[in-house]
Amino acid sequence: MEIYRAHVLVCKGTGCVASGSEPIFETLQKEIEKKGLDKEVKVIQTGCLGLCELGPNILIYPEGSYYCQVKAEDVPEIVEEHLLKGRVVQRLLYKEPDSKERYRSLMDIDFYKRQKRIALRNCGIINPEIIEEYIANDGYAALAKALTDMKPQEVIDEVKKSGLRGRGGGGFPTGIKWQFAANAEGDIKYVVCNADEGDPGAFMDRSILEGDPHSVLEAMAIAGYAIGASEGYIYVRAEYPIAVKRLEIAIEQARDRGLLGKNILGTDFSFDIFIRLGSGAFVCGEETALLASIEGRRGEPRPRPPFPANKGLWGKPTIINNVETYANIPVIILKGADWFNEIGSEKSKGTKVFAIGGKINHTGLVEIPMGTTLREVIYDIGGGIPNNKKFKAVQTGGPSGGCIPADLLDMPIEFDTLVQAGSMMGSGGMIVMDEDNCMVDIAKFFLTFTQEESCGKCPPCRIGTKRMLEILERITNGEGKEGDIELLENLAKSIKASSLCGLGQTAPNPVLSTLRYFRDEYEAHIKDKKCPAGACKALIHYEIIADKCKGCGICIKVCPTQAITGERRQPHVIDVDKCIKCNSCFDRCPFGAIVKI
Amino acid sequence: MPVIKSIEDLKKIRDQAKDQINLRVDNESKTRVVVGMGTCGIAAGARQVMLAILEELKKRNVSDVIVTEAGCIGLCQYEPLVDVIKPDRPKVTYVNMNPDKAREIVVKHIINDQVVDEYVVPNI
Repeated sequence: MEIYRAHVLVCKGTGCVASGSEPIFETLQKEIEKKGLDKEVKVIQTGCLGLCELGPNILIYPEGSYYCQVKAEDVPEIVEEHLLKGRVVQRLLYKEPDSKERYRSLMDIDFYKRQKRIALRNCGIINPEIIEEYIANDGYAALAKALTDMKPQEVIDEVKKSGLRGRGGGGFPTGIKWQFAANAEGDIKYVVCNADEGDPGAFMDRSILEGDPHSVLEAMAIAGYAIGASEGYIYVRAEYPIAVKRLEIAIEQARDRGLLGKNILGTDFSFDIFIRLGSGAFVCGEETALLASIEGRRGEPRPRPPFPANKGLWGKPTIINNVETYANIPVIILKGADWFNEIGSEKSKGTKVFAIGGKINHTGLVEIPMGTTLREVIYDIGGGIPNNKKFKAVQTGGPSGGCIPADLLDMPIEFDTLVQAGSMMGSGGMIVMDEDNCMVDIAKFFLTFTQEESCGKCPPCRIGTKRMLEILERITNGEGKEGDIELLENLAKSIKASSLCGLGQTAPNPVLSTLRYFRDEYEAHIKDKKCPAGACKALIHYEIIADKCKGCGICIKVCPTQAITGERRQPHVIDVDKCIKCNSCFDRCPFGAIVKI
Repeated sequence: MPVIKSIEDLKKIRDQAKDQINLRVDNESKTRVVVGMGTCGIAAGARQVMLAILEELKKRNVSDVIVTEAGCIGLCQYEPLVDVIKPDRPKVTYVNMNPDKAREIVVKHIINDQVVDEYVVPNI
């Protein structure tokens, strides 16, 4: 076996590939070979490290040096200085936004220190395309333990005892779901993995599939053993090409190694897994629509009961769990429910992965114990709001969730607390908004998404969301009428009560939660025809404050419609009729002389 | 790729594979070997010394040792320099290394825990 004195890990998750990690990977290999270090230094591709915004990311062990925003031109310097001479390249090391200090090791930085990585335990550590690296980190040991030391019922009991709840949206207790399927009559049963991640901004499932695909395969095999199934299906979006490729490689390797297929590990348990590609319809994340799509029918939900645990894929008892839920299973089996129970809070056990985005310094992926407060996630891990702006709200649960305002920042993140606040855990998207975001506009944005994604099967969702959206459009265009708020509330309640599936039942949530916490903004739009945040174009116009304007001419240059005129060193003026409200002058004025009114 | 037929097989592969990713975990508790790779060290033959250390470790199947480099620490006339730092033990610095002496240190000091006194830095 080869021994390498240094490992260079290059993130090849979608985020870093998009910012250019592939040429870096190749240049690294070439440079290392050129310097004759290829027998000592190994270059490894790995999954998402979480700080996607700072990609492409590179980690060098044994030092654990964390280089971010690396360019291909930087590679020769890294090889010459760090790998040949042992001098860490200071200028490329990670730096906290508010400090001058550069951090040598990944684990020293605030973004990682406060995380607890269970579902993401292997992401950024192993090469996802080599099964041995997964096995080295106790991979497939949980499957071995289940198959040889535990009866199927004991596996289910362990999952029940762990208190694990579904990480995909609903938060249903996983063990109980398994029990239903195990109890259901039938000789053929199925295990399905829901990897149809559709919430705008959420990408934890993609990152797990890209960074640690075997953890999902192992968990599905364990689930198959527990309920008595011998086939599993992974329904994954075709828009996730890297995830699909890594899954295919992983399945192939697991079959070659006899960890999938007939008589796994010499026992009489047989299990195999197949991939089905989805075409990105949001509704296919709903379990009955997903099953219909796997069967080759149109992706539309059907009424429940019967639940999939009794009548699922091709009418057979089926369990459907989300990717992140599965990623927790091997650890629970291996370390025990009691270990898992210790993590998290009283009612919500374990950890949750969040994709943080919007107005925040560190956009990326974090895994935190349940019960962590929103403030810790947004300020301590996420690094706070950029440009010293004021925090206004955070949207959790994507288009099915709701906005949580600033006075609830100290609320612990749990399934129940989020629901009480009018939002939900959802799949774990977290979009941060600052004072420049208009809450009516945000509600309109999310409703536009769900309205477009409504499959059209049931009228409340198909017609109701359309009507709600029309009202919101009216309000943001300055044409809101007295009674619009009440009408919105009425429609929202009816849609929630009468829609067929989760999509419609949760679609009004963004509107209801913004009405609950930011009703005054709606009223300002309707009564005063003003947008307090200055975001709704129809309700604002731009003016130049003559006292502050130095007549520098920058705004004249950036204005695309020649709407600004004025002599040099004299106050300029905006022609409101020509102005298209593109915000360019506002962004560029060095003196803050331009205002939105 | 051989099929894994039993838990024993799985454990065997795990133990072998552990060495492959060893470098990425628990690096505080491992023995560190630091080779001086300043210009002075490289000129005096530090690359060959490092390669010899790596080769010897590989030959003896030792994987829980970190081999890394450092810049010049000022004792240029004694280069190549090699530091061996065992966990919870003081650092031992060897001077005027060459590939053969380096191999000797791998066997005596790193594996068998005996400091090779004759190569240790003199009190200057």
